[in-house]
Amino acid sequence: MIEIKDLYKSFPDKEVLKDISTTFESGKTNLIIGQSGSGKTVLMKCIVGLFEPTAGDVLYDGRSFVTMRKKERTLLRREMGMIFQSAALFDSLSVLENVMFPLDMFSPDSYAERKRRAEFCLDRVNLLDAAAKFPGEISGGMQKRVAIARAIVLNPRYLFCDEPNSGLDPKTSLVIDELIHSITHEYNMTTIINTHDMNSVMGIGEHILYIYEGHKEWEGTKEEVATSQNERLNSFIFASDLFRKVQRAAANE
Amino acid sequence: MLIINWLTSLGRYLQLMGRTFSRPERMRMFFRQYVREMAQLGVDSIGIVLLISFFIGAVICIQIKLNVQSAWMPHWVSGYVTREIMLLEFSSSIMCLILAGKVGSNIASEIGTMRTTQQIDALEIMGVNSASYLILPKVLGMVTMVPLLVVFSTVSGIVGAYATAYVGHIITPTDLTAGMQHDFNQWFFWMGAIKSLFFAFIISSVPAFYGYTVDGGSTEVGKASTDAVVTSSILILFSDLFLTQMLS
Repeated sequence: MIEIKDLYKSFPDKEVLKDISTTFESGKTNLIIGQSGSGKTVLMKCIVGLFEPTAGDVLYDGRSFVTMRKKERTLLRREMGMIFQSAALFDSLSVLENVMFPLDMFSPDSYAERKRRAEFCLDRVNLLDAAAKFPGEISGGMQKRVAIARAIVLNPRYLFCDEPNSGLDPKTSLVIDELIHSITHEYNMTTIINTHDMNSVMGIGEHILYIYEGHKEWEGTKEEVATSQNERLNSFIFASDLFRKVQRAAANE
Repeated sequence: MLIINWLTSLGRYLQLMGRTFSRPERMRMFFRQYVREMAQLGVDSIGIVLLISFFIGAVICIQIKLNVQSAWMPHWVSGYVTREIMLLEFSSSIMCLILAGKVGSNIASEIGTMRTTQQIDALEIMGVNSASYLILPKVLGMVTMVPLLVVFSTVSGIVGAYATAYVGHIITPTDLTAGMQHDFNQWFFWMGAIKSLFFAFIISSVPAFYGYTVDGGSTEVGKASTDAVVTSSILILFSDLFLTQMLS
């Protein structure tokens, strides 16, 4: 479980996050949604420690990340996995070497054991056949799946996904969403997904946090999204005609 | 304002070096990277070093023989001057300026691209000291390889000078050999090697700093790469001035 308490983040020219408090529970896919520039990515970076919050705290199962010493942070980070918007695979390493990387750095296991674990994770994302290929030789969707395999190889307790569907076609996006959702439940991880993909919201959003201009505007479940009276949320969620039609069709049924 | 910016950059550079020179998390990973960097930055530069040094050695020999040497000078002057220029300046300082262009832009663009594609963030999230993992093997790899490249450069320059004697018949091999052997001071060789260690550190750490601190996209990576080469070259020239005075 990750708790955000009264979080503020300012840059010299702008206050980006204002008084955000929420709880992301384990075993659930938690979604942070909002328009571009609303502060989603800054919030995610504050949670994982890439940015220092101006005020407030982030608690990982009760452990304060903000007041934690550097060494404790390093140890905590080994309990995290992250899938970046660009997949962030290491270009100079093969797919298998990418997935083995965290194990090579931190696992005391033998090479054979590390390789077996990496192959298991690659198999979990259906990419064992691409183990010898390099990131530049596989598609964007496959890169995201490799990133998922790398993120889960150390059995993390916390999984962070920054716009995992960015640049993917709807079908591949569904595959990625389903994969993240099933892995979250399988390993009982606390998963936080930063997205503005409405398919993800309506598909796997078990807890949704809507950020508007840096503050928490709304939170709830995907079922509550459809019935919400929050105008800002509605104008964001139903910005596309398709979703309006789906909403009307659902209402008519 | 310029001084404040310069001091800020210096402070950030020193902070980065502080993070870089910390004990690697996994020695086996460090050695793997170290060997890879020695091959990529050092061994892959041997060709260009040999080629340039060969021609410069030959040209220095021709210039001295045809444009400087006169009847009242000893017959060994061309060989002597060629050897001293190669040993004292070209193989260490000028060769490192050339490497600053080749290796410096390589390091800045590689690390800069890793920054813009979030690969460095990925390392940090994993709990890896990204500065130490990425920069330390490059710095130590260069510090190991550059003195060897200095030796290759000197030898190649001397071979180039002999080519003017045997192929071009500009100078007799006997005169050239006499010059090469005249009044040899072994300290000059060590001076070049010591200077090259400092230059190797500059060539690797300054571009790494520029790449690591890139903020933006491909345009900024390109700018960082150019700035890295310019700054490294200026620092090499300044430090050459001080080191030459100190070591002479």
